[in-house]
Amino acid sequence: MLNPDLKLNPAIFDADVDQKPTRDGYGEALVELGEKNKNVVVLSADLTESTRAEGFANKFPHRFFEVGVAEQNMATIAAGLGISGKIPFISSYATFSPGRNWEQIRTTISYNDSNVKIAGHHAGISVGPDGATHQAIEDIATMRVMANMKVIVPCDVFEAKKATVAATKIWGPMYLRFAREKTPVITTAKTPFIPGKAEIYWLPSNRTKPTVAIFACGALLHKALLAARDLEKEKISPVVLNIHTIKPLDDKKILEIARKVGAIVTVEEHQTSGGMGGAVAEFLAKHAPVPMEFIGMQDTFGESGEPSQLIEKYGMGVKDIVKAVKRVLRRK
Amino acid sequence: MEGLHDKKLKFLEELSNILRKDVIKMLTHAGSGHSAGPLGMADVFATLYFHILNHKPQKPAWPDRDRVVLSNGHICPILYVTLARADYFPLEELKTLRQINSRLQGHPHRKSLPGVETTSGPLGSGLSQAAGIALAAKLDGKRYRTYCLMSDGEHQEGNVWEAIMFIAKNRLSNLTVIIDRNNIQIDGFTENVMPLESLRAKYEAFNWHVLEINGHSHEQLVDAVAEAQAIHEQPTVIIAHTIPGKGVSFMENDYHWHGKPPKTDEARKALNELRTLGDKIKSEHQ
Repeated sequence: MLNPDLKLNPAIFDADVDQKPTRDGYGEALVELGEKNKNVVVLSADLTESTRAEGFANKFPHRFFEVGVAEQNMATIAAGLGISGKIPFISSYATFSPGRNWEQIRTTISYNDSNVKIAGHHAGISVGPDGATHQAIEDIATMRVMANMKVIVPCDVFEAKKATVAATKIWGPMYLRFAREKTPVITTAKTPFIPGKAEIYWLPSNRTKPTVAIFACGALLHKALLAARDLEKEKISPVVLNIHTIKPLDDKKILEIARKVGAIVTVEEHQTSGGMGGAVAEFLAKHAPVPMEFIGMQDTFGESGEPSQLIEKYGMGVKDIVKAVKRVLRRK
Repeated sequence: MEGLHDKKLKFLEELSNILRKDVIKMLTHAGSGHSAGPLGMADVFATLYFHILNHKPQKPAWPDRDRVVLSNGHICPILYVTLARADYFPLEELKTLRQINSRLQGHPHRKSLPGVETTSGPLGSGLSQAAGIALAAKLDGKRYRTYCLMSDGEHQEGNVWEAIMFIAKNRLSNLTVIIDRNNIQIDGFTENVMPLESLRAKYEAFNWHVLEINGHSHEQLVDAVAEAQAIHEQPTVIIAHTIPGKGVSFMENDYHWHGKPPKTDEARKALNELRTLGDKIKSEHQ
């Protein structure tokens, strides 16, 4: 059952569940932050509307900087602002930022310890028709491997808004990952969100002991919850954890659950190597090795198509998660 | 900023020579690092830190200080000796360059050493950081100025031209660029590796105010910076023509000295030449 303490969206499993893109939460948060904190500035590389920086740009034009199609410049200008008392958000598609400007982010933001927030939009394969060039499926890996960088992947519009606001309250470089498509609203404005703290979204009904855990991040958390509901009908009792913060990982919670259930499936719209699943595996290999299965892109590029078709074709659907859970249980 | 009177000029000339000797000693001790660029920029650094900048070495985080962004981080030996001579940290620490547990990293790191404003080394990303710093000053109504020191070779990086466009668009006249135009880079002469000329015409085409000076003339630099401070409609770039390895005859204009330190006997010879030059400066002013 859904964790009753988290005030999640009660309509979460309805066919007509409310759907909104996570980038909307980013845009709303920027406008709110603009009003509250005069040091918040936003930079865009010719993608102001689609990264939802437009609201901020219209309301605070003197704190909005259009750099043109120049992601390396955007990152480095932000680096200068971030060591001069400003809190810059840099907005582009994740394939370009932090894709094209990785070294600039490494040297001038991370190593330089500049207070820059990198917003990678249109992440994951669900970008859809634009095709593989625009589908960032390596960004979690390339960001989390950097010392001094924090990484957050919000699961829905509300969490995206909370994560964006939270980013301004934590000093230092941070990567925030957003999606293009409308995705189911999982949480509500009242659902707790603390960076670095993973939350159990689904737990077995009737206090049954869970036998497997599904760790998810981003919009696929919704599919993980649907899979959990299906699994319960088959007398399998999973627990579903929302790992929105991939760095720093919630070590304590992950260790506690791994020891309790002894089998884990990770779910993310990213390469299965180097992403959230990789981070969990690295940690557990050292402290509590348990059988794991990984849902995500299997060392391949995406292609054009409708988002829902792509999620199914590349093995990230509800049925794929259910199968992975059964596979991992056989390995226990 | 005041003009240069004779006594100050003499002081800067002697100081530049001291900085060069410090560089030779430090590099020889470290056993690795860059020689030509630091020697070529000694006059610019002496003039900046001991005449132009509004700064408080005892308070390196003073919010109103002028900022120096060293974009070509590999010439940091000259930055380090200048900061030490300006009392940002003890002179003895120069011996620790490039050694383990040192604050003097092989390329400058903002978090390691007081006076280092940005982390640099990978070329081409200093100018846009300087733009960010200058933008922040404008947003906050602060009057500090930002000086970005660049190499000529790093103008081969695309990021530099992105920054040049952005700075012109935003008319960041509180930012001044000083280019070390010494014509060399690791693989040879810039005009053979990847021609940069006409650097002046390129900047002018991007709507910058361009000045060219002899990079070894303290007076010309002071005059150029004064002119840059008086121009509010455009950012200014000062192309400082320098001799790489300046002051050491066997290093001057030889690109092989871009990235290596002198050996002990070479250092002895270099220090001797610099000492002689010191005498010459003295006699000229007597």
